[in-house]
Amino acid sequence: MIRTLHRWPGLLALALVTILSLSGAALSVFPVVERITAPQVETGLTVATLADRIQVVYPGVEQIRRSPSGRITAYWFDQGAPGAAVIDPATGAGVASADPNQTLRWLTNFHRSLFLGDGGRIAMAAGAAAMLVLSLSGAALVARRAGGWRHWFASLRGPFAGRLHVEIARIAVIGLVLSSTTALWMTASTFDLLPDGSVLPADPTDVSGEIGFALDQMATLLQTPVAELRELSFPYPGDATDVFTLKTDRGTGYLDQGTGALVAWADLTGWERVSETIYMLHTGQGAATLGLVLGMMALGVPAMGVTGVLIWLAGRRGRPRIRGNQPAGRAETIILVGSEGGSTWGFAATLHAALTAAGQGVHVGPMSGFAPERYARAERIILLAATYGDGAAPASAKGFLDRLNATDRAPDFPIAVLGFGDRSFPAYCAFAKDVTAAAKAKGWPELLPLDTIDRQSPQDFARWGRALGEMLGIPLDLAHQPVLPRTEQLTLVSRRNYGAEMQAGAAILRFALPSATPWQRLTGAGFARFQAGDLIGVLPQGSAVPRLYSLASGRRDGFVEIVVRKHPGGLASGQLTALEPGDTVRAFLRRNPGFHAGRGRTPLILIGAGTGLGPLAGFIRGNARHRPVHLFFGMRHADSDFFYGEEMPGWQAEGRLTRLVTAVSRGARRSYVQDALRADAAQVARLICDGARVMVCGGRDMATGVSDALAEILAPAGLTPAVLKAEGRYVEDVY
Amino acid sequence: MKLNSLLATLALSTALTLPGVAMARPVTLTTTLNNYGGDGAYLALYVTDASGAYVGSLWMAGGKSKYYEHLSDWYRATGGDTAQVNGITGASVGAGRRLEITLDLADALFDAGYTLHIDAAVEDMRDSPNEVAVPLVTDGAGTPVTGRRYIANFSYDM
Repeated sequence: MIRTLHRWPGLLALALVTILSLSGAALSVFPVVERITAPQVETGLTVATLADRIQVVYPGVEQIRRSPSGRITAYWFDQGAPGAAVIDPATGAGVASADPNQTLRWLTNFHRSLFLGDGGRIAMAAGAAAMLVLSLSGAALVARRAGGWRHWFASLRGPFAGRLHVEIARIAVIGLVLSSTTALWMTASTFDLLPDGSVLPADPTDVSGEIGFALDQMATLLQTPVAELRELSFPYPGDATDVFTLKTDRGTGYLDQGTGALVAWADLTGWERVSETIYMLHTGQGAATLGLVLGMMALGVPAMGVTGVLIWLAGRRGRPRIRGNQPAGRAETIILVGSEGGSTWGFAATLHAALTAAGQGVHVGPMSGFAPERYARAERIILLAATYGDGAAPASAKGFLDRLNATDRAPDFPIAVLGFGDRSFPAYCAFAKDVTAAAKAKGWPELLPLDTIDRQSPQDFARWGRALGEMLGIPLDLAHQPVLPRTEQLTLVSRRNYGAEMQAGAAILRFALPSATPWQRLTGAGFARFQAGDLIGVLPQGSAVPRLYSLASGRRDGFVEIVVRKHPGGLASGQLTALEPGDTVRAFLRRNPGFHAGRGRTPLILIGAGTGLGPLAGFIRGNARHRPVHLFFGMRHADSDFFYGEEMPGWQAEGRLTRLVTAVSRGARRSYVQDALRADAAQVARLICDGARVMVCGGRDMATGVSDALAEILAPAGLTPAVLKAEGRYVEDVY
Repeated sequence: MKLNSLLATLALSTALTLPGVAMARPVTLTTTLNNYGGDGAYLALYVTDASGAYVGSLWMAGGKSKYYEHLSDWYRATGGDTAQVNGITGASVGAGRRLEITLDLADALFDAGYTLHIDAAVEDMRDSPNEVAVPLVTDGAGTPVTGRRYIANFSYDM
């Protein structure tokens, strides 16, 4: 709902809000310039002195105005000819033209009405309303995505366009809400919808009939500092019944020209004060710095427009049309999708196609459309469920749990739940787990136990597909690649072998940097920009499904390096470990910003086992600034898989690695990396309490063991791995 | 800009169409603005009697009543009462443009000491109350008068 409220006003009003924000940003500069260039008023100067000075220079003066920036303008008639100038208050003489700035006038009219009169004003007000709706719905989305308002500035993960969109939004939203609400107020005021008109004092009935009282003797003017002045209008020459009209920050009054007495006064109304404050907040006139800040924030709008459209297009692309979708009542297999960004639909389409090819009648629909009474011929139901934010239901699964909990009894046909998520989030597949628990509670028979797909991993999905196929007695080959990026050819330049003699061969493979096109260099696309912790997807010959490997090097190292262990029967690992220098593979780069060492001086605790050392070694190699790094490394055998063992002493000597702790799992003293952590509990706890960041890379079991060990170690300090994860201080790259 | 004269007659306060006096004639008021280099001008056309007291309004060029206070003489005379210009309000007049209004004015308004005033105001420029003040006399018809700041010339024709 909120997403719909964000998407459609955004796309429809894109042009309008872009025009509004760009012209608004340009306009925000003017008050600052005026503030800087306006001649300064000496402190304590009264209106009496100022008016007197001006009258000496311009005897025909009719009106003196002070703008919120402090600029003073006088208007006069000299022998029938009108004159006006910006006044230097020190002398009362004109120093600059008072003619309106034509650029400012053009921009102002463009900004408020597109030169289209009242119709244009209403259109621009609609633009401001759209901006307000976008800001509020967007803020709600950011909070939901971050897992609550308290995590407003939590670090972001995900595709670049989405991150940039949110990064800009969470800074700019305050300014945009302020600018758009004040714009709506001002429009309402312009169209007389607010009772904020000015109130003048009653006409003075009783004036002296005299003229010529000296300006610099008038008590009211002597008591009014120039800083409070807005306007002083002079009586008509020769009209003894006319009066001086004085407008200040407090109200309006009339002064007798024969006695100088204040003959009438009216205060500003509350509505007027509110409207004036709002005018100041919107235009920056009288609050130039704030105006400039709002203008800068408005500049974020075009960028958010572009990234917003990119996000929307990516979501559309990610949701394929499903060919030959059967009606729910006729299908044997029901696939329901709970997707937020749309990527899970792609998996559903692949599953639909494979099952249909195997002769099944298959229906695909959103989880929010769950209606078991309609599934007349269903033999099984498969839920593909992503998770949104901190464990919430994704957009297309809204209401599913309520509907399931409201049913009297679960359907007879069995259910399989497949969760989609990102292990680097604390609430990994939390919604899928909730759904599984709810189904169990209803006594719903299980077709397959809950399984999960990490970061859209095609391998995970293919593995789950084989399990499903075995269950159904049909061969099921799920080759799904969401969007296959353009691959590049990598040439092996060297390899280091480990443990080949122990039937568990592994190698550090170093490839030459592929040459980047000028466009790639400019945009940082592909291999033109990468760092340790990013991933490469390798396409083995004979398969369309890429395998992901963590990079042990960055672009600055001048090569592409990975650590690979040969798995029995593994297609990609078999081909990779068989490469000889000069051989090539096809691969693409996938960024993994959630698993970068990042800049800064906070200590790192790196924990890895086996080939998981790859990216961690990359961090250490790149640690030229001697950030404290503590490495806990688990291996099977020091002779077989102590990757980078040769470099470690050198890295320690150079200050790139502060401390190395190893654990060997197959030897005289069996020890896992989590045991090494426990043995070092006091120091680990102290480092983490002092702000150290934990980065874990390796197999799933190791990561679980590490998480358990850290939970024990941190319990006395009142910390948990979940809290650290939420703060972005505990990240995992697990396979 | 031609005004429906019936509407004008109905809308004008009874003060201008004196009770019992059926005699009225169409009068064309032509106001031409000079190129003052600003946004559209607000103009209030109104009549005062021989003692200078406000009698009634003939036309208001400018639709947003929140800006009427800048037509300061008119505003003080009427207390900003928009009922005075109900039905006789049009758009503001751009720099260098001409405003032409035709309305039925009572014969009794002429040669009886009445004065026609125009107050003018432009956003971010000076307020110009009493921009034009011309006595309503039959002989004065067709004689252009120059305004103080914004009005290049004004004339009324019968």
